[in-house]
Order: sequence, then structure tokens, then C-alpha cells
Amino acid sequence: MSGTAPRMLAVWVPDWPVLAHARAQRLAEGAPVALIEKGEVLACSAAARADGVRRGLRVREAQSRCPELAVLPYDAALDARAFEPVLAGLEQALPGVHPVRPGAVAVRARGPARYYGGEKAAALSIAGVVREHRIADVRAGVADGLFAAQLAARAGSPANPVVVVPAGAAGDFLAPLPVTVLEDPELVNLLPRLGIRALGEFAALGTAEVAARFGPAGARLHALAGGRDPRTATPRIPPRDVEALVDFEPPLEGVDQVAFGIRVAADDLVTGLLGQKLVATAVRVELVGDRGEASERVWLHPRSFSATEVVDRVRWQLQGATRPTGSRGGSRDAVEGGELRSPVVRVRVTPEAVDPVGRHESGLWGSGPDERVHSGLSRVQGMIGHRGVLTAAPAGGRMPGDRQSITPWGDRPVAARDRRSPWPGALPDPAPATVYELPREVMVEDAQGRPVAVDDRGMLSAPPAELVSPTGARRPLTSWAGPWPLEERWWDPEHARRASRFQVVDATGEAWLLVQDDGGWWAEGRYD
Amino acid sequence: MFDTGVLTGSSAAATDSRIGVRDGVADDARDTTVRELQERIRGMQRRSLDTRALPTHPALGALLPGGALAAGGAYAVADSTTLALGMLQGPSAAGSWCAVVGLPDLGAEAAGGLGLDLERLVLVPHPGEQWLSVVSALIDVVTVVLVRAPAQANPRAPRVGEAAASRLGSRLRQRESVLVSLGDWPGASARLRVTESSWAGLGSGFGHLAGRQVTVASASRSWEGRERSRRLWLPAPDGRVAPVDAVTPVESAPRGHDTPHPPRPLRRVVASR
Repeated sequence: MSGTAPRMLAVWVPDWPVLAHARAQRLAEGAPVALIEKGEVLACSAAARADGVRRGLRVREAQSRCPELAVLPYDAALDARAFEPVLAGLEQALPGVHPVRPGAVAVRARGPARYYGGEKAAALSIAGVVREHRIADVRAGVADGLFAAQLAARAGSPANPVVVVPAGAAGDFLAPLPVTVLEDPELVNLLPRLGIRALGEFAALGTAEVAARFGPAGARLHALAGGRDPRTATPRIPPRDVEALVDFEPPLEGVDQVAFGIRVAADDLVTGLLGQKLVATAVRVELVGDRGEASERVWLHPRSFSATEVVDRVRWQLQGATRPTGSRGGSRDAVEGGELRSPVVRVRVTPEAVDPVGRHESGLWGSGPDERVHSGLSRVQGMIGHRGVLTAAPAGGRMPGDRQSITPWGDRPVAARDRRSPWPGALPDPAPATVYELPREVMVEDAQGRPVAVDDRGMLSAPPAELVSPTGARRPLTSWAGPWPLEERWWDPEHARRASRFQVVDATGEAWLLVQDDGGWWAEGRYD
Repeated sequence: MFDTGVLTGSSAAATDSRIGVRDGVADDARDTTVRELQERIRGMQRRSLDTRALPTHPALGALLPGGALAAGGAYAVADSTTLALGMLQGPSAAGSWCAVVGLPDLGAEAAGGLGLDLERLVLVPHPGEQWLSVVSALIDVVTVVLVRAPAQANPRAPRVGEAAASRLGSRLRQRESVLVSLGDWPGASARLRVTESSWAGLGSGFGHLAGRQVTVASASRSWEGRERSRRLWLPAPDGRVAPVDAVTPVESAPRGHDTPHPPRPLRRVVASR
């Protein structure tokens, strides 16, 4: 272990994730905001903190402490993406910037200190660079080692944003801090129970004993607590911008025209990535219309994109975005991306996820039969659109339609409802072989020809005797069972459902799954 | 009766003599024997030598010429999605890819329950105008394609033309794939239909659907107009396809602990209203 740690300069934006999310949602600055991950508060704004909202609080508890709290789900990708301009700005001002996490960067202090004439001056001017990005509160700290520098930055205040810990004094600076700053759940839990509450007390333990008790990870944290941080800044290599950007002047109407226009750019994108020994496994396609509206969507690929596949994605997104509303399936597609109502002026394709090309090389004899299946199915997708070729996976639910999750070929399946969870009230096997995509409207009549109704208490007006289709075809029923009440998601007005289910068998031996709700009777499935 | 072991010269001779002795007593039995022998001869005299048989569910194999799905063949199933999915079960369970074209209302859960591997099942629910090119592109890459041809503008006209069927047929033979059509298919090797179906487990106002016994009739050109039929569970209480004699009746079928019980009606229906 090296005795001396390099001088480091850390810059920290307090509550950066909150700031990034609030900007993306166009919330007012200073509004109480909390970011939620796994049902708990991950970060909150200063206004929320003033009302008693803390990290780790449950959502309901946080909302009860601060009723006007804006609750947003935490999106790590958005967090990183929003910080990218700040990082790029810093990289222009000084070399060797080490991104620690979104909202925190570090740099070796020696160079900037010489250039700006002193560590404090350097920290102030670097904080000034960050402030140019409409960030009011920026803190900086200078100390021996990354760990101490980060804590020094946190020790500042809005009035005194820069804290400089003199060389060799990192241990003394760290000693009074609580052990919770180590951010290691095991140690943070255990050390106070051993009577060790401050970093200084932890650092005073013997190195060998700590290594024997807590292993290499514990030994590393022990070194950090003693102000001996062996890490140095590892500057990121600024990514070279690889993107396909095409502006159309005049704006283009036709899907094929746009697809043709993007072809060369897509080719350049793929070969540009290949030049860096990378392939794209996900691309983000942005389409901008003449009136400024945009359609944006990320397309995934089970392996890696070729140029023609990129063009296909642009074409499919355009078809989905320009589909006239009211057509079949339009509402479902419009959800992803957004709609375009005017000719396209700009298409931008950026790689969203890249992989080293070596991992995607096909073997000498191909990668097995599935490769052939994939290319064949992609060809079919090229003919009838991305949503034309689907795969099904079992999911959990109470209605047959909920029990299957359908994803387009090539997309990663979304986390569906878990089949293994208990679904009390689900119908027992067998499942209907026909599950109507759109439930068919039917009528059910009793022996006297009156419609059968179910009242609020789940009572039938009379036993069902005939199934009548909208065309007037009548099927007498031989046996039936129900009503099996279904009351789902009453807390969610959008997905709430209240219905009664029936199984009936008609005289020809056909069995049906019928549902009766406020809208009448529906055939949800058919056991044919 | 005549067993299905290897036909040797001596047993054939014995059969011949028996037929001769019992003349007039068991016409039906003799007819059956003759038919089976003819079938066997025809099976041995295959025109194309390399017709490969695909793994087929044994209960359905007996209804198909040659006793199994033949690579390159087309089969027509009338009106029963479960029966059509049962045809896909054998190849899918053996690891082949299957595709379903033109059935937007397919219940994937039922397909999984029958024993199909959903990870190797591809759905093309709305092929639209291009269904022919979609089907032929799929024949190139998957082993079994289940297809329902789109309805024609003229309801009298057949859903699939002769020309289209023969074009797909040659591609099927070339790729050694199998096509199962829901609805009639020109030149199908066998036409299967459900002639009678009765559900078990449902009463009037109680119970739940548990299993279905059907009679499946199959017609094939190679049987010279005669039909074969078989009683099947479609589906059996465990969700699979099974011959009727192989499954105990539903009433005594043991139920596992994890089998969900049907939700109870809130109250018995009062019929005297």
C-alpha cells in the first residue's frame, strides 16, 4: 500500500438526481421532489428535506410528511444522460476528468492548481464551469485521495463551497466523521455495535486484524478511513460521437423516402462503430416532424444491428408514428415513441448500448440453427412490420388474456406479472385454446328468452339457457357454471375491473368462457 | 387381433388361412385386417424414399397416414384449435421451431399446457395481404407452420387456391417442413375433424371444465375414402392430449395440491324467480 495518496479535487452537485429528474419533468425549481426506487425514497430535494423527507423512507410515509411532494420513479439512464453535457463541458475546460457517478466528478489536483495558481482558486473556477449549466449549488473539495476529497466536497456549505484539506491532514479530517460514510452495509451495521462510531477509531485498528476479520474489501475500507486512498483519477476516454443524423430539406412524407435517405448514414454508423471495434445492441431512433413534434424510441436487438436492420427500425418506427389514429392497434403502438403529424425533417439514430465486436462474431460454422431462424423472422418483420412477428411467454393473471405476455420478436421481454405468484380466483386448467384478441359481444338468455343479469350480490336472475351471437345465431346451453366474481385493481381507476365469469357448454359440445360486466356479456375465450 | 409387429412371411400366411376359415363370420374384422395390410404395403412402397417422419404425439399418429407427421406434408384440421395445436406438440417438444400464422386469437397458455415450447413458438397474428409470402418465408426457417388462411371476399370461394397450395407444397417438400392448416387445404395428406365432443366436469350451475372427450375423424387419400376415427381426450384433465383409454375418468382423477380450485359462486342460483 502506498503511503501517500495523490492530491485530488472532487466536485459534487448536491441532489443531482433530483435536479435532473425535475428538469426532465419540467417541475419548478425548489418544489418538493422525491425519487423513488423499490418503494423507498432514494433522493429528495431540499424543500422536501425541510419537511422531514429522508432517504430510505417509504413512499406513503414521505407523502404524509409532505403532502405536496412530487413523487418520481428513479431512472438511472436519465440521470447519467442529463449529466453528460456537464461532463463534456468539464472535459473541454480541463483534461483527465474522472466521472465518479452522475453529479460527482474528480480530477487530479496538481495540474489545475498550478494553472489557476492555487488549489482553492482551481476548485472555484472548476465549480464555475459546472455552474454554467444552470446548476446553482456546486461544492468542491481538495484532499489527499479520492475518498477524502469527496467527503471534503460534502463538508462544504452553499456559503463556503470549497473545502481544502491540507496535504497530510486527510487522516485528521476523516477521523471525526461517522463510519456510515463508508457506505458498506455490513461494516456500517457492525462497527457501531463493536463500539466504533468514528472513522478515526476504525483507522486505529490494526491493518492485519481488519484484513483477517473483514477480508480484502474491509482492508480497503480501512485504508480509506485512514486517509490512505490508493486510487488515482482514471479519466474516461471521451466517447467519439457516432450517430446517424440526417436532415431532410424539404421535409419528407413517405416512409420509403425517409428509409432511403437514412440508408447511407446507417451504413456509416455501423462501420464507424466497427472502426472502434464495437457493435450496437440497442439504438435510439429520434424522428422530428416539421411542426417540432418528435417520436423517440429505443430498439433492442438480440445480437447486434446491421445497417439494413437499423433502416428497418427507422421504417417501423415511422410506420407506427404516422399510423392514422383509430386504426387497429394504433393506440398500443402510439404509446411507444410518440406520434408524428407532419412530414419528417430530421432522423437521428444513436447507439444506445454497444458491445465489443469480438463477443458478437459468428462462429466458423455459424451460431447454430437459431441464427437462421432469427434472420428468417427478421425478414418477415421486414415485410409486415416489427409488431407483426411475436413471441408469447406465460404470465400471471386471472383472465386468460392476462396470462400470456406477448412481445415482438427481437425485443427483450418486459418484466411481466409472475406466473408463480398465487393468483387467487384464477380459473383452473385447461386454458381456452382461443382467447379473443378483442372480446366478442354476445347475449345470454334464460329459458323464457329474457336476458340473464347478475346483481350486485352476485345473484343470477335466472339460469342461462341460450347463447345468442350478435348475428342472431342461437346456441342452446347444456351446462354452465358461475358466476365467479372478479374484482381487480379497484385502487387503480384505469385498470380496475369488476366482472363475473362463467363457463358454459352449448349443445354442439363447444365450451365458452363468458364474462359479464357493466357493458354486458362478452365471450373472452373458447375451448375449441 | 393382428398385432403391429414386424410382418414376417409365416404370420402373413397364418392370417390368410384364418381369413379363409372365418368367412362370413367376421366380415368387419377381415375388412380391417385387409385395410391394415394394404396400408402397410403402401407405407413400404413410398414413392419418395427419403420422407422423414417427424416426432408426433402417439395419440394423433394413429390418425395420420404413415403413423406420423411426414416431413413435407400438409394437413388440414377443421375448426379445432386444440387439435391443431396438438399436431404441433410432438415436433415442438422435440425441440423444433413452430410458427402460427393468421390466428390472432390463439391462447398461448393453452398451447403451453398442451406441451408446446413457447420459447420456440413464433406468432404472426395479422399477416394481412402478404400471408402467402409470410408463410413461405416461415417454411424456410421453422419446422411446423400452423396457418389459417384469410377469408376471401367471396365467401363461397375456397380460402386457399390450388396454385398457392401447390407452390407452398413444393417448398414444404424442399425444406422438409410440415404445414397444418386450420380450415381446408387443397391436397392435404390428411383431413382431421372433431365429429363429437363432450366436456367433463361442468354441471348446471356447478363444477368447472376439466377435460373433453372427442371423436376425431381423419380422412386421407391413401386410405381410399375410408375414414379412421379415434376417441381422444382433447385436452385431458392434465391439459395434454391422450387416448381415452389411457386416462382415468375425471371424477376419480387425483388433483395436485397446487391445482387451483375454481372460485365458488357467491350463492346458489335461485331458479324459482
